[in-house]
Amino acid sequence: MGLRKRSVGAVAVLAVSTLGLAACGQSSGGDSGGTIELTIAQNAIAGGKNAAAADFLANWVAPKFEAAEKAKGKDVKVKFIPSGVDDEQYKTKLSLDLKSGKGADVIDLDGIWAGEFAEAGYIKPLSDLVGASADSWDGWQQIPESVQGLATFNGKKYALPVGTDGRVLYFNKTLFQKAGLPADWQPKSWQEILDAGAKLKTAGVPVPIQINAGTAMGEATSMQGVLPLLAGAGGEVQKDGKWTGASQPLKDALGLYQKIYGGSGLGDPKLQQEAKGRDKSFQQFAGGKIGILMEGDYFWRGVVNPKDGVAKMADRDQTVGYALIPAMEPGKGLRGQDFVSMSGGALRTVNPNSKHPKEAFDLLAFTLSPDALKEETKDGNVRITPRTDVNKEILAGEPLLTFISEKVLPLTAYRPPVAVYPQVSAALQEATAAVVGGTAPDQAAADYQKKLEGIVGGAGNIAS
Amino acid sequence: MTRFVLGRIGFYTLIAVLLAFFTIPLLWLVAAPLTSDPTYEVRVPDFTLDNFRAILEHPYALPSLLNSLVLAVGTALLVVVFAALAAYALSRVRLPGRDALLYALLLLSSIITGTAAMVPLFQLAVELNLIDSQFGVILILTGGLLPAAIFMLKDFMDSTPKSYEESARVFGASPLQIVRHVVVPLVRPGLATIAVWAVANVWGNFLMPYLLLSDVEKQPAAVIMYTLYTEGGQANLTLLSTFGLLYSVPVVLMYLFVSKKYGFRFHGGIKR
Amino acid sequence: MAQATSPLEVIDDAPARRFSSDAAGLGRLRAGAFVAPALALIAVFLVFPALWVLYLGLTNYRLTGTAAVEPQFVGLDNFVKAVSDPAFWNSTWLTVQFVLGSAVIGQVVLGFTIAWLMRDRTGPLKRTVEGLVILAWILPSAVVSFLWVALLDRDGGTLQALLHVPGFAPLLDHPMLSIVIFNTWRGAAFSMMLYGAALGNVPPSHLESARLAGASGWQQLRDVVFPHIRGHILTNLLLISLWTFNDFTPFMLTAGGPDGKTEVLAVHVYKVAMLGQELGYGAAVSTVILLINLVVAVFYLRLLRSKK
Repeated sequence: MGLRKRSVGAVAVLAVSTLGLAACGQSSGGDSGGTIELTIAQNAIAGGKNAAAADFLANWVAPKFEAAEKAKGKDVKVKFIPSGVDDEQYKTKLSLDLKSGKGADVIDLDGIWAGEFAEAGYIKPLSDLVGASADSWDGWQQIPESVQGLATFNGKKYALPVGTDGRVLYFNKTLFQKAGLPADWQPKSWQEILDAGAKLKTAGVPVPIQINAGTAMGEATSMQGVLPLLAGAGGEVQKDGKWTGASQPLKDALGLYQKIYGGSGLGDPKLQQEAKGRDKSFQQFAGGKIGILMEGDYFWRGVVNPKDGVAKMADRDQTVGYALIPAMEPGKGLRGQDFVSMSGGALRTVNPNSKHPKEAFDLLAFTLSPDALKEETKDGNVRITPRTDVNKEILAGEPLLTFISEKVLPLTAYRPPVAVYPQVSAALQEATAAVVGGTAPDQAAADYQKKLEGIVGGAGNIAS
Repeated sequence: MTRFVLGRIGFYTLIAVLLAFFTIPLLWLVAAPLTSDPTYEVRVPDFTLDNFRAILEHPYALPSLLNSLVLAVGTALLVVVFAALAAYALSRVRLPGRDALLYALLLLSSIITGTAAMVPLFQLAVELNLIDSQFGVILILTGGLLPAAIFMLKDFMDSTPKSYEESARVFGASPLQIVRHVVVPLVRPGLATIAVWAVANVWGNFLMPYLLLSDVEKQPAAVIMYTLYTEGGQANLTLLSTFGLLYSVPVVLMYLFVSKKYGFRFHGGIKR
Repeated sequence: MAQATSPLEVIDDAPARRFSSDAAGLGRLRAGAFVAPALALIAVFLVFPALWVLYLGLTNYRLTGTAAVEPQFVGLDNFVKAVSDPAFWNSTWLTVQFVLGSAVIGQVVLGFTIAWLMRDRTGPLKRTVEGLVILAWILPSAVVSFLWVALLDRDGGTLQALLHVPGFAPLLDHPMLSIVIFNTWRGAAFSMMLYGAALGNVPPSHLESARLAGASGWQQLRDVVFPHIRGHILTNLLLISLWTFNDFTPFMLTAGGPDGKTEVLAVHVYKVAMLGQELGYGAAVSTVILLINLVVAVFYLRLLRSKK
């Protein structure tokens, strides 16, 4: 009994002390003395998601910025707040924080959220927060118009762009050689993709073509699947404020899905339905089982990267080829283009709740200075930065990123940054899932239109 | 006699099938952490310790387990103490409308654990200044678990004989003393079970700790588990499998400890 | 709720009745004081936010965009939208299958079977079986979902390796069956423990006399065991149905797919509220789930109290 009593007592002590600790642990968030305390948050965490970015912000930006401010006679302390969850969950948390007047002084967000965050008043035009210095930031001259567009809403700049990306068709040169296809393959129409797929199939490639479809892959189906195809057929998900319903371009895009997954054996319909389908498509490509794969530059940097990818390919540079995504037929793409792509990109901005918006903006601009971007992208962490001056220098040794920066970005397109976009995107994904499951493209397009009417508030908002 | 033999064979076959059903899914958790470059495939491990080394070097993995412990122990304690008191009173004294109330609360508790409740709970925490406070998470989780805990504990209390309490009362013990020295020992396995149930619930909870705790130093293992993915959302199975194993060990140890010390069962505090 | 007034009366064991109820001399006032801390916590952290959710169900509230700043009161629009949405009915029907299959049939039957097989046993066999069953119950769901993907995967899954059937894809070909079996595995422990304890309360003498009277195993179960554990069955069904209704874990195995074939209501709410950010509508669907649970509970109470 004595023993039992003691252990009960021990548990009680532990409990009281943990509760006490927890209570003391509440952050005060204030300033101590004359020191200005700034926080910067990104969906990046040491040892996990985007670890290199976390390391850069915590161990380079923070001390360097503090030193630079000290030289100017200001006492500033910078703290990085890591996080590392699904983008949707990060967005939820960020929204809740901003709504309640909380959150870090400098925050990262996906470019696609800008519109809905601005509408909700969660982010404000930079010039409202910090004055004219935001618009006269010297970096703007180095950022291409289209990338600036990511950060612009209703004609005002709400953030600084952190980077951008683009989609291409990857292909396995070894498999192509086996099928008698060229190593410098560049299809000029969808038919040429299908023809290459047919040859790959004849050569015994298990999965000739993988273009993401279905709901399980989420936004990857939209960005690396239906949206580039829609653009290739000359369509856009939203144009001049009107949403696109069961238009011909959508029917064409869904028609291509049918040609790939509807019994031709050119694609693997099951892969589109699995919860881990995208992970598997990566492993299969790395394992030499997929011939052609539509993906973003993340695939090159983070997946088949021989150093630290999730599906490493030691011979990536020799084996993996890439080509522009062709329009359905030459000249039939968006804006009459021969080739198309889709891009996204992250933004970084000042939290409207910040107590020190001016210093926060200085920190923000500091993270996007040429020196900082060069530091961030060294040691194999190269990515496409928003600045042309920096890109010229850092992309030199990176053929794919140079290709995307020079060939893809001029012809790319962006998603509409409005609050209902995630739902529209989900409806598009469902349409592709239906086609993969055997529904006729016209029927799937009609169902999409019906769903769209419910999402965007009636047929009046849909272009006929 | 043959019937007996057949019965035995049938019994052991059934047991073997049951054991297989419950063991086979666990194989991955044992094999993958010891395998280099693990995939979803269960392979014979090459007994590498690299994965464990990687987890030990991870800046937040081990501290997050401690945070999980704080949240789980704190919540389990509050749940057990408050639920025991309430269940005892509800079992012994007829309060008007108690059963309807209890069931209504049980139903409401299901809504609060769902995704739809995240905004109300977050804003409540903001108003009460409980953001970034582990204590706040403990209170919110406790509120969600209490109705089911009271519901289950009341069953226990109902099935314990009341004669001991009457004798204790004759000797002049106060109600609180009676609960402490007579009732608690009788329902100890029940309390232990509720405690383990509460710990298991808190241990796996991701959404509330994530939304309410911004400081990574305070986040529990369930949150850190979600960070072991790439920017494109691909699972880092090397870290995930190993951390998954470490993450499971404390709950298993706790179960073993509790079941050895207090027994582990529902209802029927004493044999009759 | 009038008919639901005393779900717990059934559980009272006959011997307990012989004593006066308030044995410790608690009195209403002190009983109130005992209940107060729990009720206070529940009121602040459960009832208040839950009512708030019910209210959100009547608005067009979203987490972002203009509807985040000025949510509009839309009355029952969300409910009308839900009942006229085939996806909602699909999810409801799937949830019924999921709850019936995995909770009412799977967990109850498996849990009871294990408890029955182990009822007179002690020693390592009992400890091993019970320990493994409980392990499945206490492991965190994030870990468990990886285990089951590894088990059911269509290339290299353990099940496929054991059965030697290439191309066998349980999660795609039999998605509902997969998550039903998964959830049976996951939750059988609770029923096992509950029935294990309940069987301990069945007087051995009753069973003995039934056996002497020549009752078969099934007759013993029906005539002797069942009447003794009816209250436990009620508690068990109430709790596991409620929990299974709100269980989100299948999402981690199947992401609601393929083609929405495992999009049970809890997953539907997640997709609507978290991915679609339509919190008003998500709250309305949560309210509907609550009402369905209420109906189910009343049904159980009627069913198991009728023969009293």
